Amino acid sequence: MSIEFRSVTKRFADETVAVDDFSLLIPSRKTTVLVGSSGCGKTTLLRMINRMVDPSSGVITIDDEDIATVEPVALRRRIGYVMQNSGLLPHRKVVDNVATVPLLNGVPKAEARERALELLDTVGLDRALADRYPSQLSGGQQQRVGVARGLAADPNILLMDEPFGAVDPIVRSELQHELIRLQRELGKTVVFVTHDIDEAFLLGDQVVILEKGAKIAQQGHPREILANPATEFVASFIGADRGKRRLAPVAAAATGDDVLLVDGTGYAAGVISAPGGKLAYSISDKTDQAGDA
Amino acid sequence: MVWLWQNLELVLGLALDHARLSVAPVLVSFIASIPLGWLANQSRVLRTILLTLGGVLFTIPSIALFVTLPVILGTRILDEINVVVALSIYAVAVMVRGSADAFASVSKDVIGSSTAVGYSRWGRFWGVELPLAGPVLLASLRVVSVTTVSLLSVGSLIGVTTLGYLFLDGYQRSFPTEVVIGIAFTVIIALIFDAVLVTIGRILMPYTRALPTSSRASVTRVAAEVTS
Repeated sequence: MSIEFRSVTKRFADETVAVDDFSLLIPSRKTTVLVGSSGCGKTTLLRMINRMVDPSSGVITIDDEDIATVEPVALRRRIGYVMQNSGLLPHRKVVDNVATVPLLNGVPKAEARERALELLDTVGLDRALADRYPSQLSGGQQQRVGVARGLAADPNILLMDEPFGAVDPIVRSELQHELIRLQRELGKTVVFVTHDIDEAFLLGDQVVILEKGAKIAQQGHPREILANPATEFVASFIGADRGKRRLAPVAAAATGDDVLLVDGTGYAAGVISAPGGKLAYSISDKTDQAGDA
Repeated sequence: MVWLWQNLELVLGLALDHARLSVAPVLVSFIASIPLGWLANQSRVLRTILLTLGGVLFTIPSIALFVTLPVILGTRILDEINVVVALSIYAVAVMVRGSADAFASVSKDVIGSSTAVGYSRWGRFWGVELPLAGPVLLASLRVVSVTTVSLLSVGSLIGVTTLGYLFLDGYQRSFPTEVVIGIAFTVIIALIFDAVLVTIGRILMPYTRALPTSSRASVTRVAAEVTS
């Protein structure tokens, strides 16, 4: 289920150009993160994949099928969608929210609910929450329900629009790692939109850094981007220009076999193991899973 | 009280007629206001037109309406249909605003997200917009039901049998007990109507308490607006 943008432009009615001649291949069964400041057109790109927004020109294909030829409602039902603030239906219980899409597809109610309960397990929610209403859940729990709903029809594609933007940092970190675990198990084609570069580096197999008008500043694996920021814009966006990505050991702070690392601004960034107090490294070309990053 | 027991049959008969005639305007206003309120949220122009129209209709004096309707409808002047139609017009006029507010109270985010997961326009209306507009619709409908029950008394002026007869009769005979009993029974009917509506609401909308506070706040706001 690869997705391809071919010279896609979106001009809104007020003549603002949200997306200008954008081309990108989103590989199958990988996580692609679109990252950029607000107003760069990243959400518009995402919403074009399920035809919430139609391009002014250009073609978007899913497995070489032009989606302009697919009926939008049918298209949306086979694409999972998770958004900020969960977007759950406030008048439906958690279990019915998760079962929304299968029910729309005509799956019998009992079967859809049974599957919904299994999905609650999958996203790490207690089944006891099934009969609650969304407003009775915490923000983090609501986002998990949102993810479960996105997965309910077993779509090959999962679109995620800043899904963890509105939860506190601890819960966000939990949810991010939960997503990494899920993605390792499920292998969906995930398109993830965020303005948080650290989130992008954590989750993305392919990270696409966007400037205004959805112009691609750089795309690639997080390691490639970190090692060789293509432009000043990228360097600034990932914090390389402020020394945030340049780590240095602090000799005095070493305890045992660990050495403390600080970034260019002097903030403690982490520790690295250094047996016998000596830093040794080897270069491996083993491909990291995003989950190990 | 003695008068009540002596005339119980008359009073109960009037009360039954009164209740019977009140049902149709409330139902008609509910059914008519749903498409109208939904339409009012589709464009600013439509909203202005519909709400202005509702406002204008409500300012027509009731007696004037009672006597013109037979001409328009081709009914007899004493036909109770005239009163029912007149009260339906008033009820719709009030309900349109309530219904427009009800559909406006549905979160745009929820509508957007239900579209994104694959609701069709029709399915979204029945499955998302109407149930979420429901609590505010009910609040307006409760106001309309009370207003209708009390307005109906005026029908007695043109000879339709309602509890208003007790007011006229009591006034003409300078017999306040009869007026008081008329008021008491009008209030009782209004309370019964209200209880029925609330019960139906509880059954159809068990989720009302779980809705975000903003939409509950607008329930109170709409009720206050419509009554003021």
